[in-house]
Amino acid sequence: MNKGQLSPRLSSRQAFVSAGAGDAALPLIEARHLCVRLGGTEILHNITLSLKPCEIVTLVGPNGSGKSTLLRALLGILPAAEGAVVHAPGLRIGYVPQRLQIDRTMPISVRRFLSLPKRVSDAEAQAVLARVGMAGSEALPMAGLSGGQLQRVLLARALLGQPHLLMLDEPTQGLDQPGEAAFYRLIEEVRVETGVAVLMVSHDLHVVMAASDRVICLNGHVCCEGSPQVVSSAPEYRALFGLGTQGALALYRHEHDHDHTAPHDHVCGHSHGHTHSDGHGHNHGHNHDHADTHSTPLKDERHDA
Amino acid sequence: MLDDFLIRAALAGVGVALATGPLGAFVVWRRMAYFGDATAHAAILGVALALATDLPIVAGTLVVALAMAISVAGLAARGWALDTTLGVMAHSALAFGLVAVSFLPGVRTDLSAWLFGDILAVSKGDLALIWGGAALVLGLLAWRWQALLTATLNEDLAHSTGIRPERERLVLVIALAVVVAVALKVVGALLISAMLIIPAAAARGLARSPEGMAAGAIGIGALAALAGLALSLWQDTPAGPSIVVAAAAAFAVSALMGRVRGA
Repeated sequence: MNKGQLSPRLSSRQAFVSAGAGDAALPLIEARHLCVRLGGTEILHNITLSLKPCEIVTLVGPNGSGKSTLLRALLGILPAAEGAVVHAPGLRIGYVPQRLQIDRTMPISVRRFLSLPKRVSDAEAQAVLARVGMAGSEALPMAGLSGGQLQRVLLARALLGQPHLLMLDEPTQGLDQPGEAAFYRLIEEVRVETGVAVLMVSHDLHVVMAASDRVICLNGHVCCEGSPQVVSSAPEYRALFGLGTQGALALYRHEHDHDHTAPHDHVCGHSHGHTHSDGHGHNHGHNHDHADTHSTPLKDERHDA
Repeated sequence: MLDDFLIRAALAGVGVALATGPLGAFVVWRRMAYFGDATAHAAILGVALALATDLPIVAGTLVVALAMAISVAGLAARGWALDTTLGVMAHSALAFGLVAVSFLPGVRTDLSAWLFGDILAVSKGDLALIWGGAALVLGLLAWRWQALLTATLNEDLAHSTGIRPERERLVLVIALAVVVAVALKVVGALLISAMLIIPAAAARGLARSPEGMAAGAIGIGALAALAGLALSLWQDTPAGPSIVVAAAAAFAVSALMGRVRGA
């Protein structure tokens, strides 16, 4: 079952690479023994990672583990205290920030926003909005968009530059469960169509695990790394998400209504995550109740993939 | 034509509005109102220094306003509590300036002209300075417009597209210092911020794009300058505050129109 689910995705990716999106052997972006300090505190320590074309890689980790910091360092916003960030020559990155608060004082339409910082033609704007499922939204004011609409518009803007790499910082924060699953599905579709590589940050463990080729578990350093299956069963990962991460696990709780009072329960909880990423039915093997509405979009996602 | 002091005053008011309109829009979007105050208040210290050293007033105000704006921006970037920092610096600069002027021997200068402006006494030279400064500010903002807007929306987003947000901030800081130096004669140090914020805020309710808001702020600012001037002549009120009163009236009308349209 597991292999049956994964192999179509792999083959579509392969097709893309051979279509000329880049040399699959060369990484798009690399961090080599990267250390980042903010105000004298070392936030990231000895990070080594690389992204290849067409990969979807997710950074997971508890609050304060340096996920956003790592993205910002990879973008070149934060300097490396030690080590280096290496971009492939001519690398184009499309960035979707964690949160874009459009101040109500700025009147700006979706169409105008897409023309920042580089002006684009109406045809381009129309096409990219259609791609993200926001066709016809040109005239809407940005400040009036819902959370899900805003994320799609942000993604559209990032796609306009024909990026080789998309970086998304908690793109589904504030979205409900179906919105979240739909957004990840959109990312997956865009990846298949354009061959863009994706690096995203998430709190949202099990959905992300289903949508990623590779997961990097971060806590100031790279705790563990690999396929979703490997990571979710790694002892480092279980230790990290089993200890003092109530904040991160709060998200988890609304779908897994089990008792979080005993710390050991977290470890159990994450064996569920492992179950999801196998591609089996969402409810399978769970020893607690949760609503069917949660499982539906996830299943859809698996089938679409 | 320029020999008529009223024509000169009107042209000075319109010239100031040209610069404060689009810059004011950024002040509103980026919530820099207090920042504008600090820079403008520092101008009084600049006046004192210029009088003491026999430099042109505009040079003194420009230098001190620039120094103030850059140091505040620097402190903000280093994570100081901006509210407090600005409060300390704005009022200190104002107070130091007022005290410094009183120490100057033999200078009988009317301080209220610097605090509230003296638009009716604008000379041809002042006019050239105002329009030159306004052209500089407009040119600077037009040149950096796309980058400034992007950096205003989100600095990380701007960074990811190759824009350096701190450089764009510096552009605004320089533009602000120029506006202060230029507008001092017209509305005075205490009310420069008002000319930045009120026309832009009034334009917000009527505009559908950032460009529309900037242009609207110019139009409303220019109308307010003319209306304020008329009020000043008619009722013998101080010109600078009268201009701000007219701008405030425009804001009230715009807010009402927005309320009516929204209902």
